[in-house]
Amino acid sequence: MLQFLVRRLIVAILVAATVMTLAFILTRLSGDLAISIAGPNATQADVEAVRKAYGLDRPLTVQFFDWVGRAATGDLGESYFFKTKVSKLIGERMPITITLGLTGLVIALVVSLPLGILAAVRENTVLDRVVQMVALLGQAMPSFWLGLILMITLGLQLGWLPISGTGSWQHYVMPGIVLAFSAIPAITRLTRAGMIQAMGSDYIRTARAKGLSRASILLKHALRNAAIPVVAIAAVQLGFMLGGSIVIEQVFALHGVGFLAWESIGKNDFPVVQAVVLVLAVIYVALTMLADLMNAVLDPRLRGP
Amino acid sequence: MSALLEVDRLEVNFGGRVSAVRGASVTVERGETHCLVGESGCGKSVTALAVMNLLARGARRSAKRLAFEGQDLTGLSDAGMAQLRGNAMAMIFQEPMTSLNPAYTVGSQMTEVLRRHKKTSQRAATDRAADLLARVGITAPGLRLGQFPHQLSGGLRQRVMIAMALMCDPKLLIADEPTTALDVTVQAQILRLLAGLQRDLGLGMLLITHDLGIVARVAHRVSVMYAGEVVESAPTAELFANPKHPYTQGLLRCVPVPGKIKRDEPLGSIPGTVPRIGPGFEGCAFRERCDFADATCIHTIPRHAASAAHDFLCRLPA
Amino acid sequence: MSIVSVTAGPKRGWKSVSTWIGAVIVGIALICAIAAPLLVPHDPFAQDLGKRLLPPFWMAGTNPDYILGTDQLGRDYLSRLIWGCRISMLIGVTVTVVSALIGITIGVLGGFLGGRVDDAVLFAITTRLSIPVVLVALAVVGLLGSSMTLLVLTLGLLLWDRFAVVARSTTMQVRNLDFVAAAWCAGCSRFRILSGEVLPNIASHLVVVATLEIALAILLEAALSFLGLGVPPPLPSWGLMIAEAKDYMFFSPWVIVIPGVALFVLVLGINLLGDGLRDLFGARSDP
Repeated sequence: MLQFLVRRLIVAILVAATVMTLAFILTRLSGDLAISIAGPNATQADVEAVRKAYGLDRPLTVQFFDWVGRAATGDLGESYFFKTKVSKLIGERMPITITLGLTGLVIALVVSLPLGILAAVRENTVLDRVVQMVALLGQAMPSFWLGLILMITLGLQLGWLPISGTGSWQHYVMPGIVLAFSAIPAITRLTRAGMIQAMGSDYIRTARAKGLSRASILLKHALRNAAIPVVAIAAVQLGFMLGGSIVIEQVFALHGVGFLAWESIGKNDFPVVQAVVLVLAVIYVALTMLADLMNAVLDPRLRGP
Repeated sequence: MSALLEVDRLEVNFGGRVSAVRGASVTVERGETHCLVGESGCGKSVTALAVMNLLARGARRSAKRLAFEGQDLTGLSDAGMAQLRGNAMAMIFQEPMTSLNPAYTVGSQMTEVLRRHKKTSQRAATDRAADLLARVGITAPGLRLGQFPHQLSGGLRQRVMIAMALMCDPKLLIADEPTTALDVTVQAQILRLLAGLQRDLGLGMLLITHDLGIVARVAHRVSVMYAGEVVESAPTAELFANPKHPYTQGLLRCVPVPGKIKRDEPLGSIPGTVPRIGPGFEGCAFRERCDFADATCIHTIPRHAASAAHDFLCRLPA
Repeated sequence: MSIVSVTAGPKRGWKSVSTWIGAVIVGIALICAIAAPLLVPHDPFAQDLGKRLLPPFWMAGTNPDYILGTDQLGRDYLSRLIWGCRISMLIGVTVTVVSALIGITIGVLGGFLGGRVDDAVLFAITTRLSIPVVLVALAVVGLLGSSMTLLVLTLGLLLWDRFAVVARSTTMQVRNLDFVAAAWCAGCSRFRILSGEVLPNIASHLVVVATLEIALAILLEAALSFLGLGVPPPLPSWGLMIAEAKDYMFFSPWVIVIPGVALFVLVLGINLLGDGLRDLFGARSDP
């Protein structure tokens, strides 16, 4: 198990390094950054000044290793636009994105787990069919559009929830629902499949032969085993949600990390863009490692003899 | 006093297409080991699962009478049946490797039965579990209680299953081919253990097997199943000495008995396989494979009594 | 002894109905996409500021010439919708072609060669999954300027993971089958075995993945266009139509309902068809 974790850690570091390289290449794709930073009205002298000030006159390899070296110590550089440390910017915005992601995950789990269990218990009935249809509908739903529709209905017409901003917890409900929609299909399907497999297993027959209550059979014996892959997918989905929150944050004007990245793309503020890509990638890798750990907690077989 | 378990004309079919059990009748007396024998697919496991009401979804069960200690089981609610299962009637299965929940310790799975049915404290339940593990021949029961199923061998897991079935002092133990999946040496140990427990605890036991060697060693009474029917039922000694049904005779010819068979004489076999039988089938299901079959075998077959305790299903007279 | 479990019920009939619904939706979308110039009742790019925001046919004050109304610049909404379908399908299919080429190549090589190559393939897939797709696609388009070609290449480079995962696992299964061993023994070359034995046997799985990827690419394109960094205006991408209509949505909700429903129905249709194909082939599409 320890060996497995060390292996995963090495892979995680390699992934982070690869993503850093890709992010660096990505931001250099547009050609001369100094010109775009200096703006359309800049003179040649201004551009040269910018080039010097940001160290863009150095060879690319030097710039790259400089960035990598600093990033490894937590220094992600300075924003050209905000004129502050990128790490500070991301640190300020991250709580909003994390709150949004966790809200989405909680809503997704609250909806998907009961739906998946219900569909499994009533396999091949109308109810099962309806649940699978809901999953298909969720999969086809364009999230930004759903966000707008919710704003019109729940926000404007019914007045139940605030339309945009981050003032209170209510502000996170609508974006949370929208974000949850992207994870509900996968989690519901996996829960259903896991429960069907578990309910057909020999140990459930044993549990029934022991005369246990239906609740105990379903929730203690079947769900515990069905939950193992669900935990993994939930962690991965949270990673995807954080990455995908850029669209939702823009729709609902939540000033999280995704919104920051979107702003920075428009302003050619490349230290911010490459830092956000890196941070999101690292979070994703960390989440998958967390999923492995939780699997080991849930599945005694993974803990070794 | 009524018998421990009475099964009269049990019918089980799957979605109305396949008739797995067709009017099988079995009676288990208190303190008696009753063996149900037959080939794979003859409906013996389905009979056991039907008694316990553990059939898979889509299976339909009906019976003229299905009673445990005189109490009718067919009209019992799911909750009422759950009160009996694991309590007064327990069951162990063929697949020890997969019959225990991989996510919980042996101790947790054993104690939950007692805590559910007898409402004891966790401590008392743990003590009883440890006692029973020792009783089924497991050394260091305290250690085993804290282990997970994957840490145990197949033989140990089957012992755990047996101990778990005994937690609430059942009166009836149904054992569905409990030794089939085990190594030969372990098979003998488990069988000896079951026979000893049956005798010491005065259990009524319905033992399902396809192994006539096992039957000869432990059974008081034998019922032979073929294609969903009990074709012959008799006390063990009488069945082996005086088999009446051609199928039983065929089965017995397939078993090598030391001293009884001659050198170089080929062992018997029954050609063909058990047919799949749909609803509306009439006559003897064995007629396609029977040496004595004639035109009358397509009609309803009478049940003959060879003696007071011995009956069989065949057109041939007793 | 195991118990025959009977899966009775309406599954078969139901499945074929939903598959047909999907096929019909995709069929209509294909016709719209191919014959868009012939089908549009008006020029989808022609502005008429005198006819701004005409409501669709089910609302009061509608103009029979414009069944689905007009947008904020007076362009016929139905024509733009049909043209948008062409763009969605074009992007969905081309992105999938690009990602399929990358993903299948990587996946088959990893699954077939195993060892170090497979380790590298797994690493590439892990890395790819850790990259936030929307963000990177936005950054590329934002830094390089928006164009269809760039969008297709970017999404194609980002969406190959599922192809790679499925191609890899199915190739591994096929590699160990007897007829492949027989081909080895018969002295076939690696290339011959890959193209003659492996690819035909994993093709059905890949077709199912392709339907899912087309749907995903269409949704992503719409999201990127919605954020203003996808298809460049005045092209009527559905995502762009929603973005442009956003300012009017509180007063005339139909301006975002119409393109949104179109997007939703098309993606649903593709998914229904993909689901049906998966059952038909008995294929798996999940890693």
